[in-house]
Amino acid sequence: MRVFKRSIDLAATLFILLFSIGVSANSSSDEKEEGPVNTQEEVEGYILHHIKDSHDFHLFSYTNSEGERKHVGFPLPVIVWSSEGLVSFMSSKFHHDDSGEHIVEAGGTRFVKLHSKIYELESGAEEISFDEEHHPVNAHKVLDFSITKSVFGMLLIGILMLLWFGGLARQYKSKQIPTGFGRILEPLVIYVRDEIAKPNIGHKYRQFTGYLLTVFFFIWILNLLGLTPFGFNVTGQIAVTAALAIFTLVIYTFKGNKDYWEHMLWMPGVPVLIRPVLAVIELAGAFLIKPFSLLVRLFANISAGHIVVMSLIAILITMKSELTVFGSGLLSFVLSLFITLIELLVAFLQAYIFTMLSALFIGMAVAEHDHGHDHEEDDAEGVRADFI
Amino acid sequence: MTVPNLVGAGLIVIGAGIGLGKIGGSAMEGIARQPEATGKIQTAMIIIAALLEGLAFGALFLGK
Repeated sequence: MRVFKRSIDLAATLFILLFSIGVSANSSSDEKEEGPVNTQEEVEGYILHHIKDSHDFHLFSYTNSEGERKHVGFPLPVIVWSSEGLVSFMSSKFHHDDSGEHIVEAGGTRFVKLHSKIYELESGAEEISFDEEHHPVNAHKVLDFSITKSVFGMLLIGILMLLWFGGLARQYKSKQIPTGFGRILEPLVIYVRDEIAKPNIGHKYRQFTGYLLTVFFFIWILNLLGLTPFGFNVTGQIAVTAALAIFTLVIYTFKGNKDYWEHMLWMPGVPVLIRPVLAVIELAGAFLIKPFSLLVRLFANISAGHIVVMSLIAILITMKSELTVFGSGLLSFVLSLFITLIELLVAFLQAYIFTMLSALFIGMAVAEHDHGHDHEEDDAEGVRADFI
Repeated sequence: MTVPNLVGAGLIVIGAGIGLGKIGGSAMEGIARQPEATGKIQTAMIIIAALLEGLAFGALFLGK
């Protein structure tokens, strides 16, 4: 009980902290947009940069009275596997350089950051040089295990979820009705169990409810985090959604029962010559199309939502000359408020759809054989069983 | 983005739009006829819309 209260306090403090920073970052990002970002191309570049993951947590930038660019935020650790083994340093060593000019020496080798990717310079190279397509010729990519902004967001949400749901679970040991924040979580948990897990999986739903709940809340809270002014775009990273889709793939592949594999590899009830064709289609469906549709849907929806919201905010800049500051500001405010409200709905809907389709796929794999279709060998038995 | 890419993206969006329109329209009709089945119809509608959306996004993504 006390642990739960403390975790609520911690969560509340974190959120107040996040939102207070968010507000200050918001007000100063207006300043920033008046300054350096003011053409169509710069706006596009800014939006595309936001969609990508980054190695430091950048809140806002401003130009001080001496005309210097100041960046406010905090660095995150860079952990890479280079030719000299595992090397780690803070991303502040790059000094916000993203063009490959600033060279960092760490662990016996030298690194540069180019378009949010870490490159290791070949031995003997003094500075990075490019071929005509702007690919680096004397540097190669390294295996990057860095705590990037997205990883930071995932860790934050993971810890919060552990505290919230661990606390909720502990409450049920002492009493039947949860108190405090648990009262918000309980209906959502029951909703996922009764509306998503039970109808789609059937009576074996219990062992999969944990996964479905985790995935639902993880995606939903991260989608909501993406709507705060911190510029998180975690569920809009294709690697994150791919990992989530692979979890579902692993579950329905390993939990699939005999009937599932029989229907996939040697479909009963159809002519023998068609069976191999169906097997190819079913295998492609199970191992490529299902996970691909899961991962692309979430990635594309969230990325598109972020691009739309940022483009509408950018009306403030791009239409300033036509509509005056007041007109463009009003237009941008109204449109982005409207779209943000829709994005709140999309954040829930995408989490719901991902969980729902995961449950559906798992349900297909664990479904009991229902004798609903014709089998050559047990045809008569099936009919008899139906009558009895 | 080249011109063929943009035309292809437009075609995908037209196709997906027609599909979503049909799904949504039929669901509306179904709900109007049987308001007590709203929940079930909505669930089925969302699943089919999600499958269609996955197809459309997949095509857009491959054509990028």
